[in-house]
Amino acid sequence: MVIGESKPLAEILEMIKDFKKVVVAGCKGCVTVCNVGGEKEVAILATELRIARKASGNELEIKEYTCERQCDPEYIEPLDDLVTDADALVSIACSVGPQYVVARYPYLNVYPGINTTCIGGSQEHGVWKEFCQACGNCIIHHFGGLCPITRCAKQLLNGPCGGSSEGICEVGKGSIPCIWQLIYDRLKNLGHLHNLVEVKLYKDWSTSRDGGLRTMIREELKK
Amino acid sequence: MTAGSNLEKILKSGHKAVTCECGPPRGADAEHFRHKASFLKGCGDAVNVTDNQTAVVRFCSLAASKILLEMGLEPVMQMVTRDMNRIGLQSNVLGAAALGIKNLLCLTGDHQSFGDHPQSKNVHDLDSIMLLHTVKTMRDEGKMVSGTEVQGRPQMFIGAAANPFADPQDFRVVRMGKKIAAGAQFIQTQCIYNMERFRHFMEMANDMGLTEKAYILAGITPLKSVGMANYMKKFVPGLDVPDSCIARLRGVPKDKQAAEGIKLAVEQIHECLEMKGIAGIHLMAIEWEERVPEILETAKLVPRPKVD
Repeated sequence: MVIGESKPLAEILEMIKDFKKVVVAGCKGCVTVCNVGGEKEVAILATELRIARKASGNELEIKEYTCERQCDPEYIEPLDDLVTDADALVSIACSVGPQYVVARYPYLNVYPGINTTCIGGSQEHGVWKEFCQACGNCIIHHFGGLCPITRCAKQLLNGPCGGSSEGICEVGKGSIPCIWQLIYDRLKNLGHLHNLVEVKLYKDWSTSRDGGLRTMIREELKK
Repeated sequence: MTAGSNLEKILKSGHKAVTCECGPPRGADAEHFRHKASFLKGCGDAVNVTDNQTAVVRFCSLAASKILLEMGLEPVMQMVTRDMNRIGLQSNVLGAAALGIKNLLCLTGDHQSFGDHPQSKNVHDLDSIMLLHTVKTMRDEGKMVSGTEVQGRPQMFIGAAANPFADPQDFRVVRMGKKIAAGAQFIQTQCIYNMERFRHFMEMANDMGLTEKAYILAGITPLKSVGMANYMKKFVPGLDVPDSCIARLRGVPKDKQAAEGIKLAVEQIHECLEMKGIAGIHLMAIEWEERVPEILETAKLVPRPKVD
């Protein structure tokens, strides 16, 4: 799923400082699962903004709404009534959401209320981690099912580099495991270490964002 | 002979080679670089020119290599894959060859989080092993990564780095073998302090036949002080500085530590040169170029042999 983290309240307050009527819009997709942009977080952010503005003597009128999904035009429509007299909208969906809102409302000021951090998963309660960079051509099966493009700081396909020490990556002040140690250990367990002897050559990055904006069309699904 | 560089000739003739290192400055002061490099004249068979080492911006290795050529020193131009994609890298390889640079060391480079621009993007379109393959293919097959024909092949003597002290230990030699398979003709190792571990690494390299396929130069960095030794041990990832080295420096008064460090380096040089499969040494006297002549004289490695 897409993982995000809340922007600091002060940053959001600064974004909307000139406005009196604001919509806070969440999403019931990924950001609900990672506890950053769902119904609950919409209510919390709205309350925090109200309190802060009241304290500064500049009261704010807020409407709250959480879309089924903010990455689908039909689920943006329910915002129509809420935004009619609004000055601005703060979206706490991943950054896809506010861009869908922008597409539907050409005259509305739209602000991101969270930072979209990565494609990843949860590790334990309150801990999420990145696993994929959406390079568009998955090759993890060559690496024991682990992704060095995402999880190696240097994106090595022929790792590990000289900065791997006791299973820890030199980047991240000791907090990040060396994915190449994990790849090595896993291939050793599977009896496939010979896979690592072969030199891996150039990756074609044209399927990644380097090839330009990616659009997927499934003709059989189009009406 | 592939490039006919002095370094290649020395190694092919069977002499133990000596390479030194000179880092370009953090500014456009060419005089400063010339001054540092001047100490290395006559010391080594070639001088490595680092490419924004530790991810700190310095003037580029291509320009610094050209300055060495003008001074009559032979450069080993270092290139890292951190800052350029395959377009930039290949362009620089061609440009370097056009300027008469004949030795190239292919590296991935230190992560930018260690340098002076931790906010920068990194590239890593290729890694060091792919860059080795790229240069070899341009030179031997006249083809770029894309298959485009090279008009005028870059004649390079191609090198790589190896770190015998990182993990997983058993894989370090295998990875050096990958570098050799991809195109490395010579290897310069990370600074060696733990002789036992390095000896073990070299035994594996010999067993795998790697020392028959490439020239391995043992990396030596003299320790200037206890402070430097502690720093290397604690903060430089993938370095193994045994406590015995630190204890030895600590055993002499502060004003004698540098001399003791040099004595230790000379012993390390001799110990490495006696190991089977070692083709020479790579002396990295970090910001201590002026002491290189003394170290090599004590080690009886100067004057350098002349080979045609």
